[in-house]
Amino acid sequence: MNQAEKEQYLREYALLKNEGKPFFPYAVAKDAIMAVIVMAVIMLLSLLFGAELGPAVNPTTTTYVPRPDWYFFFLFELLRVMRNAPKLTDMATIGLPTLMMIGLFLLPLYDRSPERLITRRPVALAAGIATILCMAYLTYTGAEVGSPNQLVLPIPAGLTKAQKATFLAGEIIVGESGCEGCHEIGTYGNNGPGPLLTHIGSILRPGGIASTLKNPTAPMPSFAGLAKSSPKKFEELVQFLSMLHYKSSSWTG
Amino acid sequence: MAIIGSRGRTTAPLPPAQSDELTRPEAAAEAGLTVVNWIDERAQLSQGLRWMMFRKVPKGINWAYTLGSATMFAFLNQAVTGVFLAMYYRPSVTGGAYQSTRNIIDNVFLGQFVLSMHLYGAYLMIVLIFLHMARVFFFGAYKYPRELSWIIGVVLLILTLAMGFTGYLLPFDQRSYWATIVGVNINGTAPFLGPYISDFLRGGPEFGATTLSRFYAIHMMLIPGLMAALIGFHLYLVMKLGISAPPWLKAQEPEVAIEKVEV
Repeated sequence: MNQAEKEQYLREYALLKNEGKPFFPYAVAKDAIMAVIVMAVIMLLSLLFGAELGPAVNPTTTTYVPRPDWYFFFLFELLRVMRNAPKLTDMATIGLPTLMMIGLFLLPLYDRSPERLITRRPVALAAGIATILCMAYLTYTGAEVGSPNQLVLPIPAGLTKAQKATFLAGEIIVGESGCEGCHEIGTYGNNGPGPLLTHIGSILRPGGIASTLKNPTAPMPSFAGLAKSSPKKFEELVQFLSMLHYKSSSWTG
Repeated sequence: MAIIGSRGRTTAPLPPAQSDELTRPEAAAEAGLTVVNWIDERAQLSQGLRWMMFRKVPKGINWAYTLGSATMFAFLNQAVTGVFLAMYYRPSVTGGAYQSTRNIIDNVFLGQFVLSMHLYGAYLMIVLIFLHMARVFFFGAYKYPRELSWIIGVVLLILTLAMGFTGYLLPFDQRSYWATIVGVNINGTAPFLGPYISDFLRGGPEFGATTLSRFYAIHMMLIPGLMAALIGFHLYLVMKLGISAPPWLKAQEPEVAIEKVEV
């Protein structure tokens, strides 16, 4: 806006303001009614749903699928959307939200046109609606994603009896550790943000799997606590994962 | 009759003489006024208050304009319920945090209700702040001269989300613990500053006792103080610059020149 447009705006605003009503009681009344509604909604939700407390923290087990609260679902889902481009993961987790925040922050500095009516601001209208739709979609898909904790895979052929036992124990550990919250194993689990584990045994050796579990790529939580508190369980988990050589074509589970 | 009537005005008996002693409610009202006057004589707030309350809001203001004050009201709800929760909560990782939260839910009078109000108040505040922002965006209300109000509003949005993030850890159950670890890890992937932010949030390389007290202090003192100050500044700008008019209204050119325009 140039100086003339600024003065024009201030003049028109002063006229509109002069035609208006005093803040008290007209605007105050509406605000007060709204405040009562806000309070009533909060109390109603509290009475209907309440707050609940899950099991106490246990840093040595990862028996919970880490899920953010619903208003961060759109950020969490960005991770899943970007799973096929690992180099862009940083972009999804930090880059995109930061850029959007900077874009919002600086909005009045780059959008300086004097037009205020949304029907005459096509770019702003499109950008606004696109942002709302994207966030709504990501929040919705984030809410849809379950937290599976069951895993029943076809036992690979040619295992000894001891290996079979390890395999079954590993299934249970993966199930209760919430791995499937972020990883896909065959037809189980969510496809992202973590990589596919269906044939992880063909990609990493047991040593590699163990060190990845202890020092994982962010945002995955570390399993070093499990390795320390129950080395047997950790070893079973590593052995189980290194037995996963499924191919998508041979998949029958 | 007419004579008496015409003279009645002068000769009629006076109403029962008012005693100098005030009745109790009168005395209380009088005392209250005296206190208000005493304060106003020194603070001189009444003029500003009068200006604030009776300033005009432009024509065409509708219900969408109440979203800002509704957000502030949700913030006040968070402050009040937060104070009551702080009376019972102990930020200790060795069971204190979890057990004190359990105690609030199970034993404290109305504890679960107040905790729930804090939770749903947070949800509602986030919904309202986004609705308020959408209103300002689509009405073009962030444009001259209200650019600074928008920028402060965006900072308030970020702080509100940071409140959500830090508050999520405090009950210290499995869900909040692991979700916060993932959240802090995500922070750590940011280029350049990421690892430093993560170390600051954790209070070291490992997630531990310092982390919880850090989140507690940030959630209870740092961010609420910042938010209260910024909300104050935001409101000052709203009052000083005036509430924006709906963009579809065009000012009527006055038939007679307006002599005095209040701004």
